Order: sequence, then structure tokens, then C-alpha cells
Amino acid sequence: MAREGSIVSESALAARGVDKRFGSLVVAANVDLSLPPGARHALIGPNGAGKTTLINLMTGMLRPDAGQILLGGDDVTALAAEERVRRGLARTYQINSLFPHLTALESVTLAVCERRRVAQTWWRRLFAYREEIEEAQQILVALMLGAVCHRPARELAYGQQRLLEIALALASRPKVLLLDEPAAGVPRDESKELFAAIAGLSRDIAVLFIEHDMELVFRFASKVIVMVGGSILLEGTPAEIASDPQVRAVYLGKTQREYRHG
Amino acid sequence: MPPVFGVLFDGLAYGMLLFLLSVGLSVTLGMMNFVNLAHCSFAMLGGYVTVTLMNRLGWPFFATLPVAFVAAAAATVLLERAFFRRFYNATDLEQCLLTIGIVFVSIAAAAYIYGTDQQPVQLPPFLRGSIHFAGLNFAIYRLFLIAIALTITVVLVATLEMTRFGAQVRAAVNNQRMARGLGIDVDALFAVTFALGSGLAGLGGALAIDLVGLDPSFAFTYLIYVLIVVSVGGLGSIGGSLAAAMLLGISDIAGKYYVPAIGSILIYLVMTVLIMLRPAGIFGRR
Amino acid sequence: MASTTIAEPRAYLQAQMRWRWGEIAFWLATLLPFIVTPDYLLLASQVAIAALFVLSLDLILGFAGIVSLGHAAYFGTGAYTAGLISKWGWGEPLTGLVTAALAAGLFGYVTSFIIARFRHLPLIMITLGIGLLLQESANSASWLTGGFDGLQGIHTWPILGRFRFDLYGYSAYGYALAALFVIFLGARRLIHSPFGLALRGIRDNGQRMRAIGAPTHSHIRTIYTIAAMIAGAAGAILAQTTETVSLEVLGFQRSADVLVMLILGGTGRLYGGLLGAVVYMVARDQFSGLNPQYWYFWIGLLLIAVVVVLPNGLLGGLSLLTWRAKAQS
Repeated sequence: MAREGSIVSESALAARGVDKRFGSLVVAANVDLSLPPGARHALIGPNGAGKTTLINLMTGMLRPDAGQILLGGDDVTALAAEERVRRGLARTYQINSLFPHLTALESVTLAVCERRRVAQTWWRRLFAYREEIEEAQQILVALMLGAVCHRPARELAYGQQRLLEIALALASRPKVLLLDEPAAGVPRDESKELFAAIAGLSRDIAVLFIEHDMELVFRFASKVIVMVGGSILLEGTPAEIASDPQVRAVYLGKTQREYRHG
Repeated sequence: MPPVFGVLFDGLAYGMLLFLLSVGLSVTLGMMNFVNLAHCSFAMLGGYVTVTLMNRLGWPFFATLPVAFVAAAAATVLLERAFFRRFYNATDLEQCLLTIGIVFVSIAAAAYIYGTDQQPVQLPPFLRGSIHFAGLNFAIYRLFLIAIALTITVVLVATLEMTRFGAQVRAAVNNQRMARGLGIDVDALFAVTFALGSGLAGLGGALAIDLVGLDPSFAFTYLIYVLIVVSVGGLGSIGGSLAAAMLLGISDIAGKYYVPAIGSILIYLVMTVLIMLRPAGIFGRR
Repeated sequence: MASTTIAEPRAYLQAQMRWRWGEIAFWLATLLPFIVTPDYLLLASQVAIAALFVLSLDLILGFAGIVSLGHAAYFGTGAYTAGLISKWGWGEPLTGLVTAALAAGLFGYVTSFIIARFRHLPLIMITLGIGLLLQESANSASWLTGGFDGLQGIHTWPILGRFRFDLYGYSAYGYALAALFVIFLGARRLIHSPFGLALRGIRDNGQRMRAIGAPTHSHIRTIYTIAAMIAGAAGAILAQTTETVSLEVLGFQRSADVLVMLILGGTGRLYGGLLGAVVYMVARDQFSGLNPQYWYFWIGLLLIAVVVVLPNGLLGGLSLLTWRAKAQS
């Protein structure tokens, strides 16, 4: 079980009083969220609840109207996205955001090189960077992508692309990893590797994942946060959430209705 | 009256012309993000239609104006079906190159058919001459131009705000995906808007002949000005296009009158700085 | 699955960088004009200059995805700088070349702060605006640039004290070709470096680059400055070998021509630009009797054809053909 609840110095990632609105549309209302080191938390909620927006706010793609984002105790609200990545915050995208013409190996090597700040050297040959290439290869092999490492990203199977998403995020050696619907669209026969990949994530990394796939949530999350209409409805263990009547009405019940009406 | 009012008046007339030429591009760029650098080729087409009808077929000036509009609109519909449709999701570069290619072809075709000289046009007598008022001359044709442009502006704004078509256009410009989700046929809407915008440009091209002249280089020379108006005014904004066109028209005329040595430097400098400060245009969305 | 030792991916990347037979053949072929067509050496030097200019555009457009409609600004800066240095008394070509390239590079560096912040239409407009601004300014500052008549009084000293520039063109072509080759080697090295990979990343997905912590603005500024230096070098060589500089070196036509050459040959391959330059310049020479407007008619059709049929240019089409041939055998 995760160590959260024991001695808490500071959370790995926290949002405090975060507000965001687009005109009259409120996408985040006084959101408070805390992710302890090594956590495995899930963020669920109906479509349009503001989950991806919250990720964008925490990673720096959006600026909050009010509130703070804290990474390892430091206030990063004013920092640019790439600066937060360098401090250990990584994310994946719900819709694959890869480098289509780069091979898997090139993509991850690039991420490693950027992390190690050697990507500006234009006078040295790429294959001279042994450590970076080796590290990239190890990440790919751990995610079962070793055999396809020389294929361009756009030629990979969809499930492999989702894994490459995670590989790219892991290449920056994050302390906090935000996974935006990692299983979205992955067919059943390719989801085994994905589940294994998520299970294999190091306990040093705090993981928050948005998911609709309840199997994933029950399997990996020690805590579930429910978000509706830009606000956090409640938090609890997966079992507590699954049996909560409010959640059923708002989310799980709605999902069933959606399935019925197609 | 001090000459500055004369400069303002001329600048206003020029700005109105630029507005007519630009408004169509602003809306289509805002809706589909399709970089149509051939927009002024359609304007040029309208101009040459007017010239042909008047000089070779003896039509009266006013009768040629609707034909210029229709010709440009029809040409757009043809090209849109044949080509443009396939490139709505292409890269900026591909759209640029495709439409630049069309500009080159149109300029060469115009030079071949009509030669490279300025086209003469005989305005009807009541449009010639000027009104003397408070010590300044106000050209009647420019008053006419301002009146037409204002009328069209009113019609455009009324259409946008008060008709269902207009509401759909505004929705599609604002958020294409959501508009589709609401059941709006964005593709058909775009085809119509594109044609209307080009038609207006064609009309502008016909009206431009007496003000700034017409020769094959029109398609490129005025493209620059139109792009400035659209970039500064904001994509998809009629009000923005009007404001930017006024600004550009008055600045250009004033610059040439007061500091002719600097020429167009002021225009390009102001444009570049404005785009840097507000990349989405004065009235554009981020 | 074969054992995934470290040697294999490194060897793979290394193999990608090895010199192909086609490349060696190409560079050997560039020596042919000396022997086979000595009457056309001046044209050959023009082609080499154009190829160098296209190379610089490929670096920012083909590899970093920056669409520029005003790249001639840097070409022209290099040309005028080299011309002015010579006019003011120092006609030594190599130092003049380096100085001009640095001047263009400085201008590129300053403008890169603006360029890096924008994309899509605003970027296109800003590059256009910078080019037009420079052209108009050069026109106005006729006390410096000679205005419409151009710079007079350029005299280039012999290279290394020995090779004079004359109407036969041996020195001109040798000089231009040598510069092209040396700079090409540098560009080739850059492409296969981590920085080259980063550029392709920016072109493919700028947003994801930020998400892996890449300082994209810094990368763009770097490549833009390098490309400006190379464009400036090309302009300087033009000024030095033809001993004239006129306003057209800064003009939109030149920016458009270099864009056409690059698209024709194919972006993002280095050799595509070179091929495009050769085809375009030779064709233009062949059809030079034609009214310039009709020339642009065919260029217009060509652009449309390339976009519709051959989006990756001639080189892309060729590689597609060879790939298909291999797949069928």
C-alpha cells in the first residue's frame, strides 16, 4: 500500500484554490488537490467536468485566474510549462501527441537529450551520445517497444503509440506523472502491455491518472477523486467511491444511461 | 478647413475600399483557417470583368458591378470544388504555395489577355468631378465609394446579427467543432461564405479601378494590404477589418502626403509591431 | 526478439549518417562544369549561390517548420555588407564573406526573438513584414545602398592572392562551389546531431517538445541565426562574384524564388533544396528569352502541381518511386 497519510512533509504536487473560467464558463472552481510522493490516485468524472483542464493548469499550458500550483512544495504557478517539466512534472496526452516522423527510439532519445541539456549541440553526431541512446532503449524495452524502436511513430499500432506516450513522459525522469486517459481507445488485446506498463511504474513517481476505464481505476488507484462541473465532488478509496450514491447518480449512473442510448 | 480633413477624407475612401477587399478573407480565414493568398486574384477578376463589359461591350458602369460580384463568386465556387476543398486540413505551407501558384497564374493570364497597361474606365458623368466645400475638394467618386461601403457594412452586420445564416456563421467562426456538433453544416456554410467574400472582393476590384487603377500586378500589390488589414484587424471580425482598413487607409494616405520620403516603411513597421503585440489582431480571439 | 544490446541502435543511427554513393556521385558531378561546359561557369556559380541560399531556407523551413516569406532579408544583408566593405576599400573576398555572414547572422539573431514567438499566419505576416521593411528602408537609404541603381564601385581582390575573378568564371564557380561544399558539410553534421533531432521534433510537434522540457524558443533562435548567416554568405558571394548589388537581393521575388526552389526539390532532405536550385536556375536560363510574366505562369502551375501531386517535391517523388520498386521486387 502507498505510504500516504504517514509523515507528510509536502505533497509532490498540489493545487490550492485554483479557479479558471472562459468567459462565463467555469472550468475550475476553487480546486484543492494534493498528490503525495509515490501516490497512485485516479481522477474521474463525466466528460466536460474539467479534468483535462486541471491537468493543463497544473502543467502550465493554462494559467489559473486564481490559486496556486505547488510542485514539491515550490510555487510554480508562474513558471512556463517546459520549466515545470525540468523540475520533474511530466504528462501524457489523451489524444496521442507524438512526433509522427521520428522513430520511437529517436523520440525517446530526444526527450532524454533535452533532459540532459545536450540537445543544443549541433556539432557532435547523435550516435556519439551512448548513454542517452542506451537510456532511451531501456525505457522502450521496459514498455515492450524494443522490437519496434526503429519504426516511425505514425506507423505504430495504436496501443504501442499510447505506450510511446508514456515512454516520452518517463524520459524526463519525472517525480510526478499525470496520465490523461492512458487506456483511451486501446483495444482489449493491446491493453495487457499498457496495464503492465502502469503497474511497472516506479514507486518514486507520484501518479495521477484520469480514467473512464473502471478496471484500471480499481486495479491501480489507492484513492479516487471525483470531479464534476469544475469542482471536486469528493475523494475516497475506490470501494467507497463505487458505493457512494451521489457518485452513482452523477457519474456512474449517467454512464449507464449513455451506454443505453448509444 | 485645413488640408488634414482632405487627407482624412481620401484616407477614409481608400480605407473603405480596403475593407471591401479584405472582409471576405477575414471571415473565411477565421472560419476555416484556410490561407487563401489568391483572394486578390478574385478582386482582380472583378475589375477585369467590369473593364471588359464597359470597354468592349459598352455596358454602363453600374450594371457591371453586380456582374463583377457574381463572376468572382462563381470563380471561387469552381475553384473551391475543384481544389481548395482538399486542402482545408493541409499545412499552412501547402495552402500558401497552392494559392501563391494561383496568384502567379492569374497575373500571367491577365497580362496575356489584357496586357500590362493600366486599364482605363469611363465613369458615368454624375460620378465625376468633385464637390467644393469649406475650401476643400471632395471627389464625388470617393463619396460614392464611402456610401456603398457603408451600405454593405450595414447589410453585413445586419445579416450576421439578425439572420439565422449569420448566427451560424458566427458560431462556426467562434468554434468550428462545436458548431458541427450542433448540427451546422459547416462545409456548406463555408462554401457560401467563401463565395460571398470573394464576390465582395470582386466588387471591390471593380470599384478600385478609378481610385487606384487596375493592372495585372493588382493581385499581388493589394494582397499585401489585405493581409495587413486581416492580420491587424483580427480573423473573423468584421468590426476589426473595418477598423484596421480605416487605420491602414488613413496612415497610407497621410504618410504619402506628409512624409513621402519614408513611403511604405511606416505601414510595414506599424503592421509588424501591431502583429507582435496582438498576434490575433486587435479584435481577434487568442 | 534479437538481443537488444547497445551496439545495435547506435550502429543503426551511425549507418543513417554514412555517406551514400548517390551523395558522392552528386558532389563529383558538381566538378563537371569545369571540364564539360566551361562556357557556362558563370551560370554554374549562380546555381551554387542559389543552392546555398536554398540550403539556409531548408534548415528553418524543412527542419524546423518555420514558414518564411522574407528570407531574402538575410541574403540581401549579406550582399550589401560585402558590397559596402569592398566599396569602402577592402576587397579581400574571404574576410569580406565572413564579415557579411556575421552581419546577416546578427540581424537574424535579433529578429529571431520575434520569429520564435509566433506561428501560422502571424509568423508568415511578420516574416513578410520584415522583408518588406528592409526593402523599403534600403530603397529610402539610397545614400548608403545606391537606391534603385544599386551599389557601384565594388571590386573584389583575387582569392588567396592568386585566383582572379574574370568573365570566364573559373574563380567564381570554384569559390561558390567551395563555400557551398564546406557549409553543406556543416549543415549535414547539424542534421545528424541531437540539435537536428530537436529541430525535427519542433517541426513535428512543437507542443510535445515543450512537454518534454525542450526550450523550443531557444532552439528556434539558434537555427534561425545559423540560417541567416548562411543566407548572408550566399548574398556576399553573389556581390563579390558579380561585383554588383541592387535592391532585388532583398525583394519579395527573391524570397518567393528560393521558396519555389526548395518546394520543387523537396523540403527536409538537404539535397532536395540543392536539386531544386539546379533545376530551377537551369530552366530559368533556358527560358530566359521568355517574358518574365509567362515564366511565372509556368511557375504558378508548377507550384500547384507540386502541392497537389508531389507534396515532397522531386526528391520525395524519386524516393517514393525507388521505395515502390524495392517493395515490388
